Amino acid sequence: MTADFLSILTSRPLAEVLREYPIGWDFLANYRLHSLGPELSFSQALLEVEEEALAEFGLDRLGALESFAEFLEQFTPKENPLAEVKSITIIGGWNKAKSPEAVSLTISAGEIISIVGPTGSGKSRLLNDIECLAQGDTLTGRRILVNGAELDDLQRFEMEGKLVAQLSQNMNFVMDLTVCEFLEMHAKCRLTPNVGEVTATCFQCANELAGEKFSEDTLVTQLSGGQSRALMIADTAFMSESPIILIDEIENAGINRRQAIGLLAKREKIILVSTHDPLLALSADKRIVIQNGGIAKVIEISEAEKESLGIIEDLDNTMQRLRTALRAGEVISMRDLEEPG
Amino acid sequence: MKLITVAGPPSSGKTSVILRLIEGMNRPQGSIGVVKFDCLTSFDNLSYAEAGIPVHTGFSGKVCPDHFFVSNIEDAVQWGVQSGFEVLITESAGLCNRCSPYIKGILSVCVIDNLSGVNTPRKIGPMLKYADIVVVTKGDIVSQAEREVFAFNIRQVNSAGKLIFLNGITGQGAFILAKYLQQAGEILSLRDTRLRFTTPAAICSYCTGEIKIGEPYQMGMMKKMEFKSL
Repeated sequence: MTADFLSILTSRPLAEVLREYPIGWDFLANYRLHSLGPELSFSQALLEVEEEALAEFGLDRLGALESFAEFLEQFTPKENPLAEVKSITIIGGWNKAKSPEAVSLTISAGEIISIVGPTGSGKSRLLNDIECLAQGDTLTGRRILVNGAELDDLQRFEMEGKLVAQLSQNMNFVMDLTVCEFLEMHAKCRLTPNVGEVTATCFQCANELAGEKFSEDTLVTQLSGGQSRALMIADTAFMSESPIILIDEIENAGINRRQAIGLLAKREKIILVSTHDPLLALSADKRIVIQNGGIAKVIEISEAEKESLGIIEDLDNTMQRLRTALRAGEVISMRDLEEPG
Repeated sequence: MKLITVAGPPSSGKTSVILRLIEGMNRPQGSIGVVKFDCLTSFDNLSYAEAGIPVHTGFSGKVCPDHFFVSNIEDAVQWGVQSGFEVLITESAGLCNRCSPYIKGILSVCVIDNLSGVNTPRKIGPMLKYADIVVVTKGDIVSQAEREVFAFNIRQVNSAGKLIFLNGITGQGAFILAKYLQQAGEILSLRDTRLRFTTPAAICSYCTGEIKIGEPYQMGMMKKMEFKSL
């Protein structure tokens, strides 16, 4: 493959190569080569570059040519092994008291699992075990299987932290970009072919999740907490390649949480939500109860619990209504606490 | 003794990463030592001492930190061997983007943080390019998308290295880093080994204490900018 790119770079005009592989502009910028003659091939154009300028990067002309070919090869879309992750299985180890966890839980794509337990009980440790695909070698002795199979160390390193996407209340946007530029930048990194379409879907979806609407020209750093969360979730759903999503307690202001998590599930993600919010915890398919560093039990959400979900949702809607009324400058009365209509 | 070299821009979280790494390596107290190469002053020795980790700090002062590293690293190794360490970790700080204190055959780690701006990986140069492992810190406070863009920009510069996200506060990610670094080879000396990249060249009048500005005072190896009229 790299050989193919070597021949392209020595035979075709640079301008043509860049039209086909726009990511190549990044390579040229990284090595201060962006003013090369576009009508020449890259290898010919290189002859006009001083050797000393290349040497500053530890390259000679041949090295620069090879590096460019490797770069284009690296950023050619390939089969993605992460797309093949259809389930994970947690096989119990032991808790802090060294008693065994009698658990073997398989979670499939599209399933939502909530994780509950007091602070310091070991929720993070479970999430860590999943992230590093523990194979009985962490403090908990747990094993995590992917598609029912154990992984060797090489496969674990290969995952390179891409297995798990995370979303928490502490996260902020730090880039100085508008919503539109932000989405385009992420799409570029994913080598998405139809950038316009994907970013439009993301933007529309984020706006549906957010309580207050925002425009494409808003700076991401100026979004409210709810709007940020909505954009992060839509972006994770449509653009992240990670098959597993860990959600850490998203606040219930300014975003429709149930709809947000439902969206991720629809995108065939494996979803773990660490939360004590009844609405989220009971919207899941199952919940893992953590006590004393171990998985104490796994509760399947029963019909009875699901029935109570309706009332919880009403309570939640009432709170949302009160919030909206306050925002609009209204005065709250007892009537607002009753079901409308 | 195993030797691991850690480098990274100032305040990227190198010390936290090393402290988490040492926890994750699960070896007896006192069997892992640290040599900290810093510029003028350092407070990291306090963090190491608090964790009961033997540490030796050296200051480059007026000398280029990369030159300082390479001229002291063999002595650091001998200190480690004589102290009976199983593992010696060197931490280099105060580096410019041109630095890369890495040695062929010795596992090298570059620590950069997610808050430093998405294009930073593309500007760092050899320090990132020649690292075996790139550790990204502070990922817990930026969005997933920004983490992914950052990782993509790291890949642009270093496509072969392993990339690990590590939370210096909770230690998330330290396990897999420790696991990878257990593979570091055993050495007793670095004599005749080679750097992965040349250190910045500088032998000019200013190196030897000249402070006056102007053509007559510029001697030795100089690089001049070309200013074209607008």
